[in-house]
Amino acid sequence: MMTGDSALIFDHVDVTYRVGGRDRRVLTDLNFQIARGEAYGLVGESGSGKSTAAFAAVRYLARNGLVSSGNILIDGRDLMALSPGELRQLRSHAVSMVYQDPTRALNPSIRIGRQMAEVFEAAGEQRANPELARVADMLGRVQIANPRRVMEAYPHELSGGMQQRVVIAMALSTNPALLILDEPTTALDATVEAEILELIATLRAEFSIALLFISHSLRVIAQMCDRVGVLYAGELVEEGPANTIFDSSRHPYTVGLLRCLPGPGLRKDRSRLETIAGFPPPPGTKTDGCIFAPRCSIATGRCQRETPPMIDLGGRSTRCHYPERAADMPHVAPDNRSGEGNAIAMAMDNAPLLQATNLSKTFTGGGGNNLRAVNAISLDLRPGETLGIIGESGSGKSTLAKLLLGLTAADPGGTIIMNGEPLPARTARRSPAQLKALQMIFQNPGSALNRAQTVRRLIGRSLRKAGLSGAALEDRLRTLANNVRLTIGTLDEKPRSLSGGMQQRVAIARAFAGEPRIVVCDEPTSALDVSVQAAILNLLADLQAERNVSYLFISHDLNVVHYLADRIAVLYLGRLVEIGPTDAIFAGPRHPYTEALLTAGTAHRVSLTGEIPSAANLPSACVFQTRCPRKIGRICEEQEPQLITAGDGHEIRCHIPADELKHMQT
Amino acid sequence: MIASFLLRRVALSLITLGLLSVIVFMAGRLLPGDVGRAVLGPLADARSVANFNHQIGADRPIPIQYWDWISHFGNGDMGTSFVFRSAVGPFIGDALANSLKLAALAFIIVVPLGVLGGVAAALNVGRLADKTITLLGQTLGVVPEFISSIVLILIFGVWLRWLPMSADWPDGAGPLTQIRYLILPSLPLAISFFGYIARVARTGTVEALDADYTRTAVLKGLPRFTVLRRHVLRNALLPTITVAASLVGYLAGGLVVVESLFHYRGIGSLIYTAAKAKDFPMLEAGVLTVGALFALASLIADMLSALLNPRLQPGART
Amino acid sequence: MSTSIRADRLRAASRSVTLLSGLTILIFWTVCALFGGALVRMDPFADDLLRTLTPPSAAHWFGTDQLGRDVFSRVVVGARDILTVAPLATLLGAAAGTILGLVTGYFRGPFDAVASRIIEAIQAVPLVIVALLALAAVGTSNLTVILVIGFVFTPLIGRTVRTAVLTEADLDYIAAARLRGDGAFSIMFIEILPNVMPLVLVETTVRFGYAIFFVASLSFLGFGIQPPSPDWGLAIAENYSLIGSYWWVVMFDALATASLVLGVNLAADGLQSVLE
Repeated sequence: MMTGDSALIFDHVDVTYRVGGRDRRVLTDLNFQIARGEAYGLVGESGSGKSTAAFAAVRYLARNGLVSSGNILIDGRDLMALSPGELRQLRSHAVSMVYQDPTRALNPSIRIGRQMAEVFEAAGEQRANPELARVADMLGRVQIANPRRVMEAYPHELSGGMQQRVVIAMALSTNPALLILDEPTTALDATVEAEILELIATLRAEFSIALLFISHSLRVIAQMCDRVGVLYAGELVEEGPANTIFDSSRHPYTVGLLRCLPGPGLRKDRSRLETIAGFPPPPGTKTDGCIFAPRCSIATGRCQRETPPMIDLGGRSTRCHYPERAADMPHVAPDNRSGEGNAIAMAMDNAPLLQATNLSKTFTGGGGNNLRAVNAISLDLRPGETLGIIGESGSGKSTLAKLLLGLTAADPGGTIIMNGEPLPARTARRSPAQLKALQMIFQNPGSALNRAQTVRRLIGRSLRKAGLSGAALEDRLRTLANNVRLTIGTLDEKPRSLSGGMQQRVAIARAFAGEPRIVVCDEPTSALDVSVQAAILNLLADLQAERNVSYLFISHDLNVVHYLADRIAVLYLGRLVEIGPTDAIFAGPRHPYTEALLTAGTAHRVSLTGEIPSAANLPSACVFQTRCPRKIGRICEEQEPQLITAGDGHEIRCHIPADELKHMQT
Repeated sequence: MIASFLLRRVALSLITLGLLSVIVFMAGRLLPGDVGRAVLGPLADARSVANFNHQIGADRPIPIQYWDWISHFGNGDMGTSFVFRSAVGPFIGDALANSLKLAALAFIIVVPLGVLGGVAAALNVGRLADKTITLLGQTLGVVPEFISSIVLILIFGVWLRWLPMSADWPDGAGPLTQIRYLILPSLPLAISFFGYIARVARTGTVEALDADYTRTAVLKGLPRFTVLRRHVLRNALLPTITVAASLVGYLAGGLVVVESLFHYRGIGSLIYTAAKAKDFPMLEAGVLTVGALFALASLIADMLSALLNPRLQPGART
Repeated sequence: MSTSIRADRLRAASRSVTLLSGLTILIFWTVCALFGGALVRMDPFADDLLRTLTPPSAAHWFGTDQLGRDVFSRVVVGARDILTVAPLATLLGAAAGTILGLVTGYFRGPFDAVASRIIEAIQAVPLVIVALLALAAVGTSNLTVILVIGFVFTPLIGRTVRTAVLTEADLDYIAAARLRGDGAFSIMFIEILPNVMPLVLVETTVRFGYAIFFVASLSFLGFGIQPPSPDWGLAIAENYSLIGSYWWVVMFDALATASLVLGVNLAADGLQSVLE
């Protein structure tokens, strides 16, 4: 094997964890190499072993983890053969790592400058004044405007994006040959993520460094990497240049994964999303045949019996017996919808089901600090429609949902009217009928389901509240389970033994137990893998088509919102800055903030200046003026713009006239 | 930020102490029903009981009694002992000074040992050393002080004859002799709090060892010792400070038993004798003193950890 | 599934050396407490003024005390009162503490704030001293000792339960229950309680260890179990002045107490690791 020109080599590596006295293999025969200066992406769903690979690469596995066979070479040196001293030496010079949550990656009680200087100290260099200059220089290179001030700061004084910049600067300080990035932007908002990714791309060119980029996001990997490896259940199933892998996959898993994504052209009223049947095997599963065979739509008897080797296809390889068949695998999303579009059109004419007017929420903090989380928002929801709510962290979208649901009481002055009746501010004051009509699906089903209760009891309690009992209840329970595609056998399980997707189905069944009119969905798929996400989105769309229920759908994923929502509301710092039909919002004109959100991660990104202000200290007049790339002048600081009509049902809160915005944005 | 934190903290301590004084007062005046009867016993005649009650003011309305008591307390007048018929103040002062000596010695023994044990356990988490230290500390923590005292007295006092069996040193003894007399009484206290300190130090260290920032430090290539000293222990031992300081208050509980056992005139044996004799003014003053000591210690601890914790220090968002 | 979790736990329990050895000690003393009188050869209350303070011998395995009573018999029977008072006090504190923790943790707000202040005030003074104050006021009997220890344990257990309830109350299943229209009572006792039960169990066994600590200490101080009980703490208090010359009159009672405490601790520790 050639080693001289590789930054990292995984040479047939197995990693096992010892759990409860048994060895579980989480990585099997992992074999790939990264050339100097190359960006290699490792993509996989949760449990695929991608993070284990990252930690194996720096010999930092958990105590019960072990590289049980194979070799890992960094910069030509065998990692497993190094003495502790040599390992330290390697870590300080040849390899660095950046991981998901920058808040936790930095020591909370040491100043930034000091923590960064440690890198030079570890590299064996003198601790002297020039070192400070080098720290400042590095911070400058990650585009931190005021390095000296940041060096004096403690981590908690910086925003998440800034912290991640610091971590990256620290990682690059000694100019290593290899930088490992483990989901470096997953904890960040879309606009910040775009900035960080751009920064990584720039620095990579500047430092000519090799990257091992680990992510669950196909989009991010496609954007950032030269070559890609697709990991499934601890095995590399496909590998090759990023563009060819994503354009013409040769493994059924990759094909399925790409088809699961709600793409820009897809809409719930026209097409269902494709899904991958079944679930990934639990870590440590041993099979005779192909690990993916149980879920594969083109698997044959041979796939059940024979483990496919990695087949070289010239510059790319796949672990599939039938690479050519994988390329044009049949689509598995039958009965695409048609005609349901009119249902939506019809809904537009109906009277609103829910009308919220002037909703605000102020949290009183310690020391007289008032946080304005939601700021005089008015919106309505018609029967059978989906209103998407987008906005980054701090936009108040989850608080808004809680106000509508009555989990948090709105400030006096706001009203909610449902079906023509005023709705009390708290759940405790709402009638059983009102409670039944307004339900919620949560982001994290693990937290939303009581782990002490069986599925039967979880859903049954809601049915009982809806007035059912005895045989009628059991009957309805089975129908409901059937509706959300749960088998009767799962009814006696507890949530813990179900996968995330199954748990979310249980939560959906519970929400639909009392025939709700409105269901608030708070990021219902963001804790799930993409293959599971597609099935849940299909289910939500089906239930809506069957029952004409309305959704208030909160999400940070614009593709998901685009797929599911009829109208979209955009929130920034508790203010409604834009609302309108989905098509109108995606077509433009748009509010400058919406523009930044929608273009984040695209080639023509509109970047925002500065950082999101604190809700305790809102900017004057227009809340967006401190960061607006289209700010026109003093009017933005002195007068808050009204919501101006920009088309049929489309309103934008901006001083710039709609046609002018449109002109700027094309 | 620090100033307002401090002010809030002091106010909270005062509220706590105020509440405690009410509870203590209630216990002393309400529960026995008739103070005079409780003190003079069932054989005393009704006249002298009424006389006694009038004398100490127990026949007045409760809120007035409380106010009278607490305002005198504020002026340094801690009341008059039923038993000694003289001011409580001087008794408390002497006893407190003695107890502080004993507590200080126990403190000096147990805190370093506990921290060391906890850190050692954390560094060997899950291994035999960890399990031994943890279980040992936990078990020693629930062995009553009089049991460990007796075992220690039997070994070091009776069989080996290394140390005096009583803490009652001869008059005019120098500080070194005093310490010699105090070693045996201080050991049971140290033993019973070793596990407590070790547990807190262990938890903090395990958390810091598992923290992402420690991983960052290791992956920087820093030597293990530097990682431990600079990143792990610094963050891990912050909570231990608070716990160690609150120990000053808890030690007083052990003092009741240990001081009685070793014939030592401290606040613990004072409370004990007062409780035995139903000398409520003395008992109340003793209990309040212990409460005040505890409040003061935890106040100091909180201030100390605030000073050491950058998250509570002023600093602009950059 | 739930049965398999239970089966897993049972299997873990049967493998846990600490749990088994702890339980063995506990069962031993429980048997002594229940049937001690029938097990011993000599009447633990019968004095024999001709044979006072005799050292351990074949006739008197642990020697005799000041009144010539057989120390071995007294140690065996001495388990009875402490093993009545300590468990009852613990159960009382656990029940009241769990309710307190559920209510303060779920409602938070002013009630929680007031309760927290009062709890803090009580905790500013060591438990032994609180107990001394209370027992001096109400008088000492087994019942008052149970009540007083139960009372001082309530805020301690309550605080632990409260912390867990705070975490639970932030989980979305509570929001889901509220959206279904569940009242506070059913949320606290039907939704939350089963999830904090393992913690309550562990906390209760740990507290049981402390209850033994307190009952023994109070008995030693004369504020706990009263004569003529052959209770260990009491026996040590009565004979302590003789320690210089007659070690056996205190030593065996001390070891008995220590072993009981050790047993409870081993059991608590084992139980904790099994439940995790």
